[in-house]
Amino acid sequence: MDLFEYQGRDLFERHGLPVLGGGVAETPQEARAIAERLGGKVVVKAQVKVGGRGKAGGVKLADGADEAEARATDILGMDIKGHTVHKVMLAETADIKEEYYFSYLLDRANRTFLCIASVAGGMEIEQVAEEQPDRVAKVAIDANLGVDEAKAREIVTQAKFPAEVAEHVVDIAVKLWAAFVAEDALLVEVNPLAKVGDGRVLCLDAKVTLDENAEFRHADHAALVDQSAVDPLEQAAKAKNLNYVKLDGEVGIIGNGAGLVMSTLDVVAYAGESHGGVKPANFLDIGGGASAQVMANGLEVVLSDPSVKSVFVNVFGGITACDEVANGIIQALALLGERGEQVTKPLVVRLDGNNAEAGRAILDGANNPLVERVDTMDGAAERAAELAAAGK
Amino acid sequence: MAIWLTKESKVIVQGMTGSEGSKHTRRMLAAGTNVVGGVNPRKAGTTVDFDGTSLPVFASVGEAIKETGADVSVIFVPPAFTKAAVVEAIDAEIPLAVVITEGVPVQDSAAAWAYNVSKGNKTRVIGPNCPGIASPGASNAGIIPADITPAGRIGLVSKSGTLTYQLMYELRDIGFSTSVGIGGDPVIGTTHIDALRAFQDDPDTDAIVMIGEIGGDAEERAAEFIKEHVTKPVVGYIAGFTAPPGKTMGHAGAIISGSAGTADAKKVALEAAGVKVGKTPSETARLMREVMS
Repeated sequence: MDLFEYQGRDLFERHGLPVLGGGVAETPQEARAIAERLGGKVVVKAQVKVGGRGKAGGVKLADGADEAEARATDILGMDIKGHTVHKVMLAETADIKEEYYFSYLLDRANRTFLCIASVAGGMEIEQVAEEQPDRVAKVAIDANLGVDEAKAREIVTQAKFPAEVAEHVVDIAVKLWAAFVAEDALLVEVNPLAKVGDGRVLCLDAKVTLDENAEFRHADHAALVDQSAVDPLEQAAKAKNLNYVKLDGEVGIIGNGAGLVMSTLDVVAYAGESHGGVKPANFLDIGGGASAQVMANGLEVVLSDPSVKSVFVNVFGGITACDEVANGIIQALALLGERGEQVTKPLVVRLDGNNAEAGRAILDGANNPLVERVDTMDGAAERAAELAAAGK
Repeated sequence: MAIWLTKESKVIVQGMTGSEGSKHTRRMLAAGTNVVGGVNPRKAGTTVDFDGTSLPVFASVGEAIKETGADVSVIFVPPAFTKAAVVEAIDAEIPLAVVITEGVPVQDSAAAWAYNVSKGNKTRVIGPNCPGIASPGASNAGIIPADITPAGRIGLVSKSGTLTYQLMYELRDIGFSTSVGIGGDPVIGTTHIDALRAFQDDPDTDAIVMIGEIGGDAEERAAEFIKEHVTKPVVGYIAGFTAPPGKTMGHAGAIISGSAGTADAKKVALEAAGVKVGKTPSETARLMREVMS
């Protein structure tokens, strides 16, 4: 889960990192109140989870509460690269003398963590790495040893931080690692890390990604989810404990196993190319051992998407027996009928693997005009795309 | 022969007394796996009956090895306790630890990996979040259905469980030496490269199926490895060509970040290494059939 800057700032502050005073506002009036509290000049920053907001006009200086309210009025509701601005952060301004870059992140390839630090901050680090590779230090961090003072000094030396800020950066490096571990982060990025007029070094931006697998030991992380950005269908699916991602096509997809469902999306998209360009409407992995209840929940979510014109149920019975899946589909349709949600969209079902023949026989025997059985994954994708195109 | 898991492998189950652990211990036994016991410190000294096979429960992996000569552990403990279970297996220097558990925090996986490295990499860790490893007709460590395919001469390595089953099913008339599900997490103990190297060296494997998916650059690195070190034919499949960037598709590691980790980049890299890449699972099976004919 990616955090907004203001959430990252708060997280940094909680872990003792030097940040500027600030607050978040959803209305111009709230922005005014925060500006009054902070006093003097403030910076008003659009809160969007996408880079390049400065260039898009999403970051403005304001001198006093009146201007802060006006700038917030301008920025709230703006569209930045497809992201609507619902919140602005107001922060004290700083007399920036130098800008640096500092981050900790997961290094998948080496199965460890990495510190990237540079004295060339304030711009995209990828650009710095390309244009001035000698100014970017990459230091591997052992997950068990972490960053103590000695490791922090190694980073500071490798990145060639100036002597007058070295102690500040060492302190920040140690605290930022502690925050990274304590919060189960996958990324903490400070860009810029800035030396300001009075000699202090401050974290002026905060980009944080948290590990959703670690939510069980961070009850407080659930509150960080941006509800305004959560698709209502995704929200409904999550409430039913389903692994669902909304996409923008017309063929609803239900399958078992993340890899098979991803593959199903691809196969449907290929088939769609010859059927008016129809595409998958969603990713839904019902996992192993799909009961009638899980199938009903899945079908309910997929069918409640108005853009869905047909549904492709693609199951390979590994542990799961296909006769159970077939019963699940029939029961699910009955369950939905009982709930008063009459199903009218066609279902194409492909069952293979464990007890596939029994499963197919159950579907054939049920003789439901909406359920069409196709033997192969490619053939079923083709048929589902065709039906979706016809229903458009 | 097969890689890493053979008829002679003696398997213990960490978490054998839990619901998933006991369900799959029964299945592993039914598949002919030589399961010799389980580990649960709170139930040490007791036995568990699986359809007539009575298995002892040990206090630790170390004790289980001492008493049974176990050389493989399959781990089914919940995410919060997985790191401790893997560390225990590493401390006991068991040669193979297969971590089935899904939802392990990445920092835990990275810490367990760093620990393994610091102890000299004596334990091969497979997973987490994987279906395990199966050498058809010989042994089965994990949750891969044992009856999909008989033994044969194809080796398979995959990030995805159900796609593994799908390909095993489509090629069941040819059969498999070993199928390894390495898991879809960002940090995993065994990579495509590890499995490719082992299959290349395995006299009973003639050709290799490699299944990847979006996220990270493991497939690109595997392509480099194939170019340099693999002389056996490799057929590939990548899932997630139409996945949108920034969305996690089921597996924690299956996410396109910016322009990194796309299926297209992986396909291009594999093809440049001489790997035939199928557009669909069925086409991939067809390509393997051509290779084996």
